[in-house]
Amino acid sequence: MTPQTMFEKIWQSHVALEEEGEVLLYVDRALIHEASLHTFANLEKMGRSVRRPAQVFAFSDHYVPTTGRDKGVEGIAIPEIRNMVVQLQKNTVRHGVMLFGIDDPRQGILHIVPPEQGITQPGLLITGADSHSSTHGAFGCLAFGIGSSDMLHVLATQALWQRKPKNMRITVDGALPFGVSAKDLILAIIARIGAGGGAGHVLEYAGSTIRSMSMEARMTVSNMSIEAGARAGMIAPDETTFGYLADRPFAPRGGAWNDAVAYWKGLPSDPGAKFDREVRFDASQLAPMVTWGTSPEHALPITGCVPDPRDAADEDKRAEIGAALDYMALKPGSPLSEIAVDRVFIGSCTNSRIEDLRAAASVARLGKAVVPAWIVPGSGTVKAQAEKEGLDRIFTAAGFEWRSPGCSLCTAINGDQLKPGERCASTSNRNFRGRQGTGGRTHLLSPAMAAAAALTGRLCDVRELEEKR
Amino acid sequence: MTMPPFTTLTAIAAPMGEPNVDTNQLCPTRFNKVPRGPKHAQILFHDLRFNAEGSEKDFVLNREPYRTAGIIVGDRNFGCGSAREYAVWALYEFGIRCVIASSFGDIFVNNCYKNGLLPVVLPHESVLAIRRQLRERVGATLSVDLAAQTVTDVAGSVHRFEIHPVRRKCLLEGLDDIARTEQYRERLETFETGYLRQRSWLRSGA
Ligand code: SF4
Repeated sequence: MTPQTMFEKIWQSHVALEEEGEVLLYVDRALIHEASLHTFANLEKMGRSVRRPAQVFAFSDHYVPTTGRDKGVEGIAIPEIRNMVVQLQKNTVRHGVMLFGIDDPRQGILHIVPPEQGITQPGLLITGADSHSSTHGAFGCLAFGIGSSDMLHVLATQALWQRKPKNMRITVDGALPFGVSAKDLILAIIARIGAGGGAGHVLEYAGSTIRSMSMEARMTVSNMSIEAGARAGMIAPDETTFGYLADRPFAPRGGAWNDAVAYWKGLPSDPGAKFDREVRFDASQLAPMVTWGTSPEHALPITGCVPDPRDAADEDKRAEIGAALDYMALKPGSPLSEIAVDRVFIGSCTNSRIEDLRAAASVARLGKAVVPAWIVPGSGTVKAQAEKEGLDRIFTAAGFEWRSPGCSLCTAINGDQLKPGERCASTSNRNFRGRQGTGGRTHLLSPAMAAAAALTGRLCDVRELEEKR
Repeated sequence: MTMPPFTTLTAIAAPMGEPNVDTNQLCPTRFNKVPRGPKHAQILFHDLRFNAEGSEKDFVLNREPYRTAGIIVGDRNFGCGSAREYAVWALYEFGIRCVIASSFGDIFVNNCYKNGLLPVVLPHESVLAIRRQLRERVGATLSVDLAAQTVTDVAGSVHRFEIHPVRRKCLLEGLDDIARTEQYRERLETFETGYLRQRSWLRSGA
């Protein structure tokens, strides 16, 4: 048999039928959130119902507030936002879909909760109503974001028409240096291949660096595949994956667990399998990264300087850098580590898992925040674990704000947002214009780097603080 | 859901040279609560088109004759970013039926197909050349013929583009996917039964 990649194996196993080069893929699990309002409305308009409600999971995350949560839905002051949360409750009840709702202690972001609950498993095909569904690929499944028309199709049929993407392998070897995290690695990868560098491809991350990563770190890497333009990201399942999944509420048990693991072990790419594209990285040369512009590809090591449009290769690039610097109000050539920030956000499906909070807390411990800094855990489960470990007390003692789970300032639709012109050091995934609020300016970085920015009021090389420890 | 078909289009084309035009620019997320409708015409590129107090900024789509543009000629990685379809709705409600670029965000392309909007990929040099023509002849039109898979530029040169035959057919006929899948209902069910039988563990757990 010709050697196959992990992507090919999982893709093949879900092809229900083929028509003129498009395939109808069977969908194992669908993840939705409050914005599915329009999808349910259309489903009902068509007189249809959810075909496999047990395979659909709903999350209150995008619109929920991150304070005042003891009052539940009643605590949401803005009527339109409350309506989004209430409608999801109504729709999921009506269609028999499981909801991790605002009052559920497990509530959280749709890319944080399914792994924690064991809903995310190797070999599955998962579609999410959100582009960062690529996160789940860290478990060796095929997971991607789809728009609301496609989600309507999935809810109605439990299947999806797709054309086969290409397959790219990104092999990362070497130990991550001191102070360098999974977030820095993925920002460096995007800076190298470009925000459109993965377009049309499913990425597989491989190599010793990835193998030695925890599931949390792998999820951070896979999460941002979409920022490289890729359809999805994947990482082969291994003992780390199985260890993480064992005994999670939705994970298989007993004999079923053994059958599952036996199947999962056959998923990794075969030796000699051919990829459409191969890229290699040396992790040992990396430094902590920050973005300076308005695309995730606008990332540089913190030791660098704001780029000068005049150094750009061509006219287009010059215009692009110029426009980005204009929006970001930055001077060409100034050191990145001198950029003063107004606020810090530690959260989002990229970096709000327990390890992210531990990394941030270990820096927060070293001083006091000099600008407003928020910690928004990715889920109730993360929040409870952090509180058990006393991280919340470290943060509050250092002047950080300890909030309740949700997407919050990552996408700024729950009422949490930057003011025009405000500059934020953020562990989220998008530095697009206005992403965190109209006129807001975003610098993407790792949780440890974000905590360092909070203590110094500027983008700062976390290694300087850590070395003084 | 019926989808508006796309066959041919001759319309004013607006040049937009910036790469990585993301869905947050196309439709700022704070408008996600707005149900689909004519309001989305105002929402398109909202923060690039309007100041905070509502007055207009100098932006290509605010200039005559681009207020009635039906085509946008972008650059690379157009429509990158989120999965939300609002970005496509905003384009559609504004009157845009076709976007030409050297590459697109993957999800955006799929969302275009589902809403009767045609994404056309042309080589970067062609996109540059067409944008240059449009800057020289402000308000010029381009013609797009989906059946023939061609774009005719301002100078009359014909650029051929690729599109998957199924997507072409669905756009030409305004066919939606659910109706298409219905025809295969039995085959899908047979597949599902076999798939689940081989994976008993999928029914284990909470
Ligand atoms: S945290 Fe941000 S990127 Fe992640 S699901 Fe929420 S809005 Fe999307």
